[in-house]
Amino acid sequence: MLIEATALTAGRVEGILTLLQEPLSLWGGIDLRTGAIIDATHPQCGVVLAGRIVAMRKARGSSSSSSALVEAARAGVAPAAIILEQHDAILVIGALIAAELYGAQIPIVTITASDWPQLRDGEMLSVSSGAQTATIQRLTPSGTASPEGLSPRVG
Amino acid sequence: MELESIDRALLAGSFGKAAALAMDILVRYGRVCGAGRFVSITAAHIDACLYHGQSSIDFARRFVELEGRVRVPTTLNVGAVDVVHPEWHCGAPELLGHQRELNGLYARLGCLPTLTCAPYQRRARPSAGEHIAWAESNAIVFANSVLGARTDRYGDFTDLCAALTGRVPLTGLHCEANRQPTRVFKAPEIAATGLPRDLYFAAMGYVLGRLSAGEVPLIRDLPADSTEDELKALGAAGASSGSLALFHAAGITPEATAALSHAVKLNLCEIAISESALCEAIERLCPIAVGETVAAVCLGTPHYSIEEFRKLSHSLEGRKLPFAVEIYVSTSREIAATLKIGADFSALRSSGVKIVVDTCTYVAPVVRGTGAILTTSAKFAHYAPGNLQRRTGLMTLERCLLSAELGKVAPPC
Repeated sequence: MLIEATALTAGRVEGILTLLQEPLSLWGGIDLRTGAIIDATHPQCGVVLAGRIVAMRKARGSSSSSSALVEAARAGVAPAAIILEQHDAILVIGALIAAELYGAQIPIVTITASDWPQLRDGEMLSVSSGAQTATIQRLTPSGTASPEGLSPRVG
Repeated sequence: MELESIDRALLAGSFGKAAALAMDILVRYGRVCGAGRFVSITAAHIDACLYHGQSSIDFARRFVELEGRVRVPTTLNVGAVDVVHPEWHCGAPELLGHQRELNGLYARLGCLPTLTCAPYQRRARPSAGEHIAWAESNAIVFANSVLGARTDRYGDFTDLCAALTGRVPLTGLHCEANRQPTRVFKAPEIAATGLPRDLYFAAMGYVLGRLSAGEVPLIRDLPADSTEDELKALGAAGASSGSLALFHAAGITPEATAALSHAVKLNLCEIAISESALCEAIERLCPIAVGETVAAVCLGTPHYSIEEFRKLSHSLEGRKLPFAVEIYVSTSREIAATLKIGADFSALRSSGVKIVVDTCTYVAPVVRGTGAILTTSAKFAHYAPGNLQRRTGLMTLERCLLSAELGKVAPPC
C-alpha cells in the first residue's frame, strides 16, 4: 500500500495506526500525561494515542487543541503523526510550535476520502511528509523491516 | 506566497527577534492554509494564556526572552483559575502559581490583562469590516456575526504570533467569499415554541451548530428584538456543538442583507428548524430529574454582561436568603468592578452570589460538594459534564434560582 498525501507539517515517522471512528478534540479529549483518550462520549475512550499514527477524518472542537498537542509533545505522549481528511489549522499550529519549542516533529497529512478505506487500525505504517507532498506506506506486519532512512517514531 | 515590504521587514528582524520568529511561524502556517498574502489586523485576543501545562509557560517565555511586544491592542482570554479569589479554588494548589506566572509573562508582552472570554463586552471593540485575530470560539462567532469584524478561527499560538506582528494570512473568514451563507435556516417563531427566551436562544444555537457542520448559516425569523446577550448565548452554543464561527441573522446582523441577496441569487433552499428539534436539544442538555440534589448554580458562560447582572440583581430581590447552595457568576474583572456601586446591583451585593473573575466555572475547579450543577448556558451544559465530571442541567434563570433556594432541582416554572 502506498498512499499519496498532502503534507501539512513535515516529518518522517513510523508507528502503529490508530484509526479513530469519530473526530476527537485533543483539548479535553486526551489525558496530557498519558496520551489516553478521556472523552467519555468517544467510542474509543481509554485507547492510548502516545506514539501512534492517529487517523481521523476531521478534528473536532476547541481552539485549545493546539495547546493540548504541544503539551502532549512536551510530555512525550503526543501522537507520532496525524492523518486527516479535512485540513485543520489548529492542529497545524500545534505541530509547528511543538517543533519550535521541543524539536518534536509531528507530521500532519491529509488524504482523500477515496483513500480512507485503505487505512486499517493496528497496522504498522510509515509516514513521510516533506515540503508539500507526503506518502503513507504499510510496513511488514511485524513492523521490524522499515524502509531505509526512516527515523524512529516520535513520542 | 506574496510578501509585502512590511512582511519582509518583520521576517528580517527590523521589528525585533520576537516579531521575526512570530512572522516565520505565520508564513509557514499561511502556506499550509493556502493564503496568497497577508493582511493587517487592528486587534488580537489571546487564548494561549490559559495554563495547560509547562508548555504554556515555555511558549510565552520564548517571546519574552526575545523581548517581544505586541504591535496591536491585545486582550487576554480567560485563565485556568481565578487568581483574585484563591480561597475558592479547590483544584491542585500549584495551578494558582502557574497561572499567575503565565499572566505575568503575557503582561510583559504588552497584553491587557482582561482575562475575559467576552472581549466584545468592552467599550473598545472592533467595528464592521475590521480584520482582527481573535481566539476563543464564542468570541470568534460574536465578532464575525454580531460585530461584522473579520477573524478566522484562530487557535492557541497563532493568536500571539498575530499580535506580535500585526499581520495574519489572508484566508478563511478574512475573505469576503468565505463569509457568504452556504445554508439557509428558518427559525420557529418564539411564541409558537412556547419556550422562555433564554432557553430558546440556547437551543437555537445548539441546533444551528449541529446542522451547520462548519458551514456559514443564514437564519431567518429570529426575533427582531434579539439582544446582544441573546446572540452571544446563541453563538456560544453553536460554537460548542458544531464549530460555528459565523452566522447571519436576517434583519439583525450587519452582513445579513448581503447574505440574503446571495442566498436568493444562488437559490439556496431553506431548511425549517422545528420546535421539536429545539426541545430535543434542551432535553439533551438537561438530563437531570426534578428533586435531584444540586451542588451549585453556575452562570456567566460566556462572561456575564452588565445588563445580565442588572437582570439577575432584579430577579434576586425578595428571595429567601441565604440560598441553600452557592451561585457562581463568571465575568471579567472590569465588569465585576462596576457591580460594586449603584442601586441596580444592591440586591446582587447582599445576596451572597459569588462573582468569579479571570476564568470560567466550566474550566476552573470551584464547585464543592456533591450533586448536579445548574446553568442557563448551553455551552456550560455541553462542556461541564466532561471537564468537571458533573451532572449538568440547562434551564431558565428563574428555575435555577428556585432550585438554589431549595437545594434541589425545582420543577419547570
